[in-house]
Amino acid sequence: MYFSGSLLTTEEPPGREGCAVVLGQKPRSAAQQRHSVTATVSKMAGADGDDSLYPIAVLIDELRNEDVQLRLNSIKKLSTIALALGVERTRTELLPFLTDTIYDEDEVLLALAEQLGNFTMLVGGPEYVHCLLPPLESLATVEETVVRDKAVESLRKISQEHSPVDLEVHFEPLVKRLASGDWFTSRTSACGLFSVCYPRVSSTVKAEIRQHFRTLCSDDTPMVRRAAASKLGEFAKVLEPEYVKSDIISLFTALASDEQDSVRLLAVEACVSIATLLPQEDLETLVMPTLRQAAEDKSWRVRYMVADKFSELQKAVGSEITKNDLVPAFQNLLKDCEAEVRAAAANKVKEFCENLPEDNREQIIMTHILPCVKELVSDTNQHVKSALASVIMGLSTILGKDNTIEHLLPLFLAQLKDECPEVRLNIISNLDCVNEVIGIRQLSQSLLPAIVELAEDAKWRVRLAIIEYMPLLAGQLGVEFFDEKLNTLCMAWLIDHVYAIREAATCNLMKLVEKFGAEWAQNTIVPKVLGMANDPNYLHRMTTLFCINALSEACGQEITTKQMLPVVLKMSNDQVANVRFNVAKSLQKIGPVLDSNALQTEVKPVLEKLATDSDMDVKYFAQEAISVLALA
Amino acid sequence: VSGVCFSADIISTVEFNYSGELLATGDKGGRVVIFQHEQEVGFSKNRPHLRGEYNVYSTFQSHEPEFDYLKSLEIEEKINKIRWLPQQNAAHFLLSTNDKTIKLWKISERDKRAEGYNLKDEDGRVRDPFRITSLRVPVLMPMDLMVEASPRRIFANAHTYHINSISVNSDHETYLSADDLRINLWHLEITDRSFNIVDIKPANMEELTEVITAAECHPHQCNVFVYSSSKGTIRLCDMREAALCDRHSKFFEEPEDPSSRSFFSEIISSISDVKFSHSGRYMMTRDYLSVKVWDLNMENRPVETYQVHEYLRSKLCSLYENDCIFDKFECCWNGSDSAIMTGSYNNFFRMFDRNTRRDITLEASRESSKPRATLKPRKVSTGGKRKKDEISVDSLDFNKKILHTAWHPKDNVIAVAATNNLYIFQDKIN
Repeated sequence: MYFSGSLLTTEEPPGREGCAVVLGQKPRSAAQQRHSVTATVSKMAGADGDDSLYPIAVLIDELRNEDVQLRLNSIKKLSTIALALGVERTRTELLPFLTDTIYDEDEVLLALAEQLGNFTMLVGGPEYVHCLLPPLESLATVEETVVRDKAVESLRKISQEHSPVDLEVHFEPLVKRLASGDWFTSRTSACGLFSVCYPRVSSTVKAEIRQHFRTLCSDDTPMVRRAAASKLGEFAKVLEPEYVKSDIISLFTALASDEQDSVRLLAVEACVSIATLLPQEDLETLVMPTLRQAAEDKSWRVRYMVADKFSELQKAVGSEITKNDLVPAFQNLLKDCEAEVRAAAANKVKEFCENLPEDNREQIIMTHILPCVKELVSDTNQHVKSALASVIMGLSTILGKDNTIEHLLPLFLAQLKDECPEVRLNIISNLDCVNEVIGIRQLSQSLLPAIVELAEDAKWRVRLAIIEYMPLLAGQLGVEFFDEKLNTLCMAWLIDHVYAIREAATCNLMKLVEKFGAEWAQNTIVPKVLGMANDPNYLHRMTTLFCINALSEACGQEITTKQMLPVVLKMSNDQVANVRFNVAKSLQKIGPVLDSNALQTEVKPVLEKLATDSDMDVKYFAQEAISVLALA
Repeated sequence: VSGVCFSADIISTVEFNYSGELLATGDKGGRVVIFQHEQEVGFSKNRPHLRGEYNVYSTFQSHEPEFDYLKSLEIEEKINKIRWLPQQNAAHFLLSTNDKTIKLWKISERDKRAEGYNLKDEDGRVRDPFRITSLRVPVLMPMDLMVEASPRRIFANAHTYHINSISVNSDHETYLSADDLRINLWHLEITDRSFNIVDIKPANMEELTEVITAAECHPHQCNVFVYSSSKGTIRLCDMREAALCDRHSKFFEEPEDPSSRSFFSEIISSISDVKFSHSGRYMMTRDYLSVKVWDLNMENRPVETYQVHEYLRSKLCSLYENDCIFDKFECCWNGSDSAIMTGSYNNFFRMFDRNTRRDITLEASRESSKPRATLKPRKVSTGGKRKKDEISVDSLDFNKKILHTAWHPKDNVIAVAATNNLYIFQDKIN
């Protein structure tokens, strides 16, 4: 592919294809790469080497092609170039060139940053890995976050390949340079590198690294403080326990009370990892004051973050603190004045309750959490209600049968009647949890009207969502209930005026047949589907064909041959060309299910006739079917 | 005071970057021109950094005229606003916007060029592929400095009405954009979604009584922003309180003087620009006839009011007829917040010293702005008798308006846009 573009003017050189194969391989490992190039090199040594160099020459030239796609392609094959150049020239020529090539498009730089992370063997192994630092250092200062992050990721990777000496001589100075760079882009990149070199350097250097990290935590630009805050937890993990207490806690406290809420909210994340590092007895004095403060922060974004990380926090601080502190905090978050916060907290209701200490879990839920949950059921904001609806059913397994019937059931029923379709859908989609505890019969009286209403909703996306839950519902409710109440709905969707609904309805029928079996299909849905073949609307006639496509396999040879095939064959005379070519497609589809006798005597003549149809598309699909079914 | 002038299409916005080293202008033709401050070598030591001239650094087409086929609306290419981003690496970044679409531009320098191809000779001739016996890795060679402007992101499809303001937040990762009825909050790295934080559109458009005229983020507090309205009021919102800022936390309004009420009261009280002081303690608003400075801690009246061209009060009727009354004058602070500047008609612009309460009227014109020339104060006569050097109100040219001005963030260098001319004046004011 890369031979197009700049090369169009040159004559095709001999041997091009052979080499293209070598280059076309996507090298997976260094070993494989070596193998493929050995092939190239040996060939080179054998006859004349010129033609083997040619593709590499193209790749090198295309590093500077005007077309981004070609440059990207070359960069992605950088390992091939490096292999051809050998380790020496890669170090002295290729890498210096790449170090200054940071003007390119983001996607090229991103690919370059990624490649360099796997380049150790190509520059001569761990001994020379530090040669990769200059290009990655310049990539770590570009403005594009994705590129910077990738460069940092690669730096972290190759840091492991540095010997302890090299790490101090080459890698650590780079981290320092980045950390004290003029622009915040370099300082943000530095934040991600401290934790990988810290464990492997001497104690003097360690002290310097801690000092650099401290400085960045109080940097002037919020960008750097955010980067430091997001790496605080990771850095804390590699620090010696005494420094966690002496250094990290003060940094954590400072970041958690930063003037910018965008920094404070990141400290909440760090809180989780710091809490896991500290012994239980220190948590109360060192972490909890900050966490309490965050849960009551003036900024809703910080409170949102607390709500969003609540399960992690709960696990990190342990059951005693959870009981005393987190339960009231969680109550407050569920009652927060900002809907975003309530929604985030509502999402965590089930997980929070699950992780409560078992000895008084039920009591805490019943007296503290459930009252708040009850209020949320009639919240003014639909996102809050729908967040709650997506988890509330999970409470029934925790609370058991009696509590579910007495306390939760009224809430489920209220939500099933909610004005917002998303709330009702979320309840319906989680029916399985409640089915296990109390059986679905308790709900079925309210369920049906809710389903019917959603099935007829004016918004097709809502109808689509409920169709997707039909197989699940059918499984929960059983075949009798389904036949009685829901079958008509499923058939009605087949003639919906939106194609996406008809398509989903077709797929739904297939899943139902898989669930209830071929016999059920034969009695209930096949007659109705086939009946539509005579519908005056050609779209409905086509739906019959689509249903047959979907159902033939599930229904088996008997039903397909005896009942479906005649209908399909009859439709080959339809006056609408769209129907006719769909007949051809259907025949191709159901052909494998039919026996060879039916294929030869019934299908073949019809397809042959369609192959001479006046419509081009009908001809095309008929011929395709003939060749696929090998009837020619 | 000395001046230098450049000619261009009608300038629609002027903005210095954070260091003052670069100055960007946008024009009606959708172009952005960036000027760079060039140090003059060998100048006397006691005035080290002034006197350098601003020369064109980069010019690029930011926006093109477009047509919205769904609404049968033409979208002008005119640049409504330019805002620089705080510098993050060797390159510079700015946001430019027309009525609908905001773009992020990168302006970067390049002084090296790669040389050496495998398949071509130096003169571009294709080499015989059979004769390639060794591989060449390109080498970087120094070259003449090249400045490139490249579009990095396009923030589109979020505004139904015309964008009047963009403002970069002090958190360095978000910015806001305001149109007549809504304010959106964007992340600088995300173009496919923005958050609507203010929406004053009434359910029934016939109940519409006011529109948003300008909006700006606080220079230090990332959660605070203000927006001004056509009714002459300013609302300050705190994004910490709620995700939607429909409720303001402060409301700045000066009670109207009933004695001066007229048919034009509402029109001339409409605020055309709002700017926070660099300190973040004050904000300045411009209405048709005056500039007001508000202390953020006092909502009921401004702490300072400066008349810009009070003599026009008697002319409001004719200014209404020729639509000039709807002109949107901008205003700006000097680097230390001790002086403010705003424009007027007849190529006049006004400066007010906040400490001494002195004010001055200056004229931006080709005659008065030969290099190294000094600007003379101008006066407009209001009474019947005209003194020497004074100009009668009736002879003011209302087609020559100075709407856009900018003040260097550190030095006493100002940029004044007078229709299609940009004047840069420097050195001491007043």
